[in-house]
Amino acid sequence: MSRYDRQIKLTEVGPEGQKRLRNAKVLIVGVGGLGSPAAMYLTGAGIGKIGLMDHDKVDMSNLHRQVLFQESDVGRSKATVAKERLENQNSEVEFEVYQEPLTIENAENIIKQYDVVLDGTDNFETKYLINDACILADKPWVFASIYKNEGQLSVFNYENGPTYRCVFPKSTRENISCEATGVLGVLPGILGTLQAAEVLKINLGTGEVLSGKLKLINMMQASEQTININKHSEEVEKIRKNGIAPVYIDCDLKNKEQWYLDVREVFEQPKPKGKKVLSIPMGDLTLRYQEIPNNQEVFVFCQSGKRSKNAIEILKNEFGFHNLKNVEGGIETIIDG
Amino acid sequence: MKVTIKYFGLVAEAAEKSEEVLELNGELTALELKAQCLESLAIADKESVQIAVNQNLNDTITLKDGDEVALLPPFAGG
Repeated sequence: MSRYDRQIKLTEVGPEGQKRLRNAKVLIVGVGGLGSPAAMYLTGAGIGKIGLMDHDKVDMSNLHRQVLFQESDVGRSKATVAKERLENQNSEVEFEVYQEPLTIENAENIIKQYDVVLDGTDNFETKYLINDACILADKPWVFASIYKNEGQLSVFNYENGPTYRCVFPKSTRENISCEATGVLGVLPGILGTLQAAEVLKINLGTGEVLSGKLKLINMMQASEQTININKHSEEVEKIRKNGIAPVYIDCDLKNKEQWYLDVREVFEQPKPKGKKVLSIPMGDLTLRYQEIPNNQEVFVFCQSGKRSKNAIEILKNEFGFHNLKNVEGGIETIIDG
Repeated sequence: MKVTIKYFGLVAEAAEKSEEVLELNGELTALELKAQCLESLAIADKESVQIAVNQNLNDTITLKDGDEVALLPPFAGG
């Protein structure tokens, strides 16, 4: 008996539909709360190739919602662990692991190799990046996002339909993650599973795809609403003409006379502007330490204050810097406004 | 005229309610109503909040009695 027998029995699938799934390629960007259940159901359904993209490592605080991971996985690469786990679930599926973030440089090239993108990300920058790259590569993407007990879901850029920018034209600095707000594990479970369902319908070419509509789900109130959205062709044309629009959410720092060193990765947001703000990611410090002034006070920051503390240790012990001060609470404490 | 407002995400949180019915006097566009509703709320980026009138995304429409207006902030979590 075929492993897919129970879905092939459906008239919407049938042997022909199963073949379509077998030939489908799906890229999952972010293998976390949304990406975990989505990846498991798509693997179960027999999608031909699944790309698993995540530059993050498994943390104990992920386990209540990121159902792909076990205690013994803590500290390991999410994308790699996901591949191992999913290969055990279905050895017929081909997996490609990307232990790197989606960037302006790699987005279009990677997305071109797939039929659909499933957005499992937790930040606005990557959502706009997926959106723009999908416009350029002419691929649909299945969006979901969560805030506390609420979720949003839609399929963008599907058969020339509306895109994320048609709903939210501009990015915002209010980048509030599940880490910051809290979330019950079931909510990304529900949204991620609905995303997988949209991916299956797109690949099967059957059913009503959630394009031109934004579904709003409130788990606590057990309520749902669907909003109709229209395409704003000018938003799409702008991207087609000018390429991916970087969503560098810039900000000012309180003290413009002060030297700062930002040791976060280049894709981390928001990006402070100013002549006295140096950006050198942790990994590049030993190569670029000479760019850092050593004759006046420099404040070192990252997102939370932890990495910058380590950076100062390295710069002090290995390169003799004695003029560095840590920004304890991270970037949010030094932003102006 | 009476208009029902539905709040979502951090807007609902700031407003401390998910729904209310407002009695409005005179002509008002959806965008004007949004400005009025968000005026006293602590929301840093009000521009990012989108408006739907009777389940259709639209901010230029002039409101009429019985309309349902939804205020939708973007969500980032995953």
